[in-house]
Amino acid sequence: MSFLTVTYAVLFYAATAILIGGLAYKISVYARTPAPLKIPTTPAPTTTSGVVMRMGREVIFFESLFKSSKWTWLFGWMFHISLALVLIRHLRYFTEPVWFWVSWLQPFGKYAGFFMVLGLLGLWSRRVLVDRVRYISAPSDHLILALLVGIGITGLSMKFVAHTDIVSLKAFVLGLMYFDWQPLPADFNLLLHLLLVAVLMIIFPVSKLLHAPGVFFSPTRNQVDNPRETRHLAPWAAPLDSSSAE
Amino acid sequence: MADYETPKLLADVPVVVVPNIKPGAMSHSSPYVAKPDHNIPLGFPGELVENWQEAAIAKMGDILQKYRSIQVYLDSCVKCGACTDKCHYFLGTADPKNMPVARQDLLRKVYRRYYTFAGKYFPKLVGATDLTKEVLDDWYSYYHQCSECRRCSVYCPYGIDTAEISMAAREILDSIGYGQKYCNEIIAKVHKIGNNLGLPGPALEATLEDLEDDIKTDTGVDVKLPVDQEGADILLITPSADFFAEPHIDGLIGYAKVFHAAGLSWTLSSYASEAANFSMFIGSYDNMKRQAERIRKAALELGVKRIMVGECGHAWRAAYSFWNTLAGVGHGAADDDKYARMLQKQLDPRFPVPQHICESTYDLIQQGAIKLDKSANDHRRVTFHDSCNVARASRMGDMPGGQFIIPREVIKAACNNFFDMAPETIHEGTFCCGGGGGLLTDDLMEVRVKGALPRMQALKYVVDEHKVDTLAAICAICKTQFAKVLPYYDFPMHMILSVHQLVGDAVILGSND
Repeated sequence: MSFLTVTYAVLFYAATAILIGGLAYKISVYARTPAPLKIPTTPAPTTTSGVVMRMGREVIFFESLFKSSKWTWLFGWMFHISLALVLIRHLRYFTEPVWFWVSWLQPFGKYAGFFMVLGLLGLWSRRVLVDRVRYISAPSDHLILALLVGIGITGLSMKFVAHTDIVSLKAFVLGLMYFDWQPLPADFNLLLHLLLVAVLMIIFPVSKLLHAPGVFFSPTRNQVDNPRETRHLAPWAAPLDSSSAE
Repeated sequence: MADYETPKLLADVPVVVVPNIKPGAMSHSSPYVAKPDHNIPLGFPGELVENWQEAAIAKMGDILQKYRSIQVYLDSCVKCGACTDKCHYFLGTADPKNMPVARQDLLRKVYRRYYTFAGKYFPKLVGATDLTKEVLDDWYSYYHQCSECRRCSVYCPYGIDTAEISMAAREILDSIGYGQKYCNEIIAKVHKIGNNLGLPGPALEATLEDLEDDIKTDTGVDVKLPVDQEGADILLITPSADFFAEPHIDGLIGYAKVFHAAGLSWTLSSYASEAANFSMFIGSYDNMKRQAERIRKAALELGVKRIMVGECGHAWRAAYSFWNTLAGVGHGAADDDKYARMLQKQLDPRFPVPQHICESTYDLIQQGAIKLDKSANDHRRVTFHDSCNVARASRMGDMPGGQFIIPREVIKAACNNFFDMAPETIHEGTFCCGGGGGLLTDDLMEVRVKGALPRMQALKYVVDEHKVDTLAAICAICKTQFAKVLPYYDFPMHMILSVHQLVGDAVILGSND
């Protein structure tokens, strides 16, 4: 087994462990921390199914962002939807035989990569050109965009410029999954692509990428508007009642 | 305090132009600091404690464990910029630290430094900083340039609510003895006397008697304003501003006339003589609960069946969203919840608790229990200002958005000439009056005047377009703020009035005396 293969195999095991472990920890923190008061941004749904719909519109269509900034919405939505298609497309490297709906989505996923990069560049240009957004940008905000653009461009170049050895790559990926390591093709574009992906996985749980799980825990979006009908009480606040009850 | 100019209003547009940023434009603005007399009754240290840095960081950790909102909001912001042009204080001052995300970042950069991996090891990369005195003073300045109106939370893709962040920051500041005089002095008065004005029971009774005389002179009818009447059906909790001055007091007269015309049995309480709950502004759960418990206690002692709230924005948020949680003033307590059951079993389950005065008046109009003569308001051309806490932090009626429909239906039932302001400046997108969230104090006049700009611009548009001469509101803070800032923008001070003044002028008084 080459040094390269071992390095990347270990890197991906570590990145996966950090991503899953880190996210699991953060999600458990969000889930454990109580929301002591009812604070949905109103008008808010008065039923749980209404909240599911609201969250669905937020996560799938970016409803609130659409209300606030059409350019940011356009670029942001373009990026995220394309990313979703691209990720689905990548499932073909992890499954054998490839699921039929993944095959069906291949042509879309193939070109979504362009829209993904386009969306990212749109977002990045706002970060540079709009004085308000430039003011709030830290170096990490630019670097994350650079990372994602890098992943997109290296990925696209393998599809549209210089093909990599897809069969060996798939063997490597499946080998990682079944603990039966296979050699990784030593192709510069591929190695860079995989390295950047591993970096993204590693920083995910310690960066603003936490907005992905965070949105589901946002009390202004996930609470039912029924404070008069049901008494809502946090565990830490409950004992305050008895101490002041007559 | 630096000299400043009132921003200029534009012709023919309902919304202001987003300004280019002017860093530091409002860094000189900060309110008077609370003194030991204001702090100690609230359970805060008298003045800035010696180990303030350590104590503030520890308090932040405590809040992170108690409030999911803070934990999630500090982590989730991606700096997309969607909120940057949504705050009325930014639009009016151009200070970039008044952009919601930048205001949050004042706290977030310290959170990152002490509570995140990235900020501990790569502070420069992620914009994390130590909590220095300079940062602390920035907190004090800019967290008192937020009216906690939640407009930004409507537009944030993650629902990040700067109001929550400002409340947390003020809670931290209070915990180290660096609180704001205006809020803390007022809360101390409520704890001691029962209302924001510090108006004792006998003075309240005298005021109400005077009002009864005034109504009798005006109308010839004996309309009562009962106080501490045991066995009354309805306990009315209203902002104490309603007892004090124009235009509030005409709203109070309006409530009394409606109750009279509908033949309802009601009372005020001299013990719980305040609907406002400024403890919400400073994010203090304990003090908020202490204030809310006065309502619970009064309701139990007077044996009332319903609890109603007068015209006040943040008070309606506190009442609608929090009273049930804080003091069991509401329905739906668990079977083993003795504390809440005590009051709940006394309340009439047919009515929402608490109920907004507009909900009640609307129902009475629908049922034909009161009759209004719209022509009584024919000399007025009216628009309505949605108060932020009513619009974005509460509800009226059964359906989402009832808080927009019900007050407008009440106004339309009371007058013939009603004109809404531009759609993007009302309902959930409404612009704050500029004085909410504990900013209604003379030492913050500049930020109040500038923060009113977007609302004034929308108002000018309907004034020019429809010759509107009356601005109706259902919030004591809005009314006070508008009375003060309207003249800065060349509008007459008296164009602001209570929705229930319109109702009171139109309601036909029966012979229920």
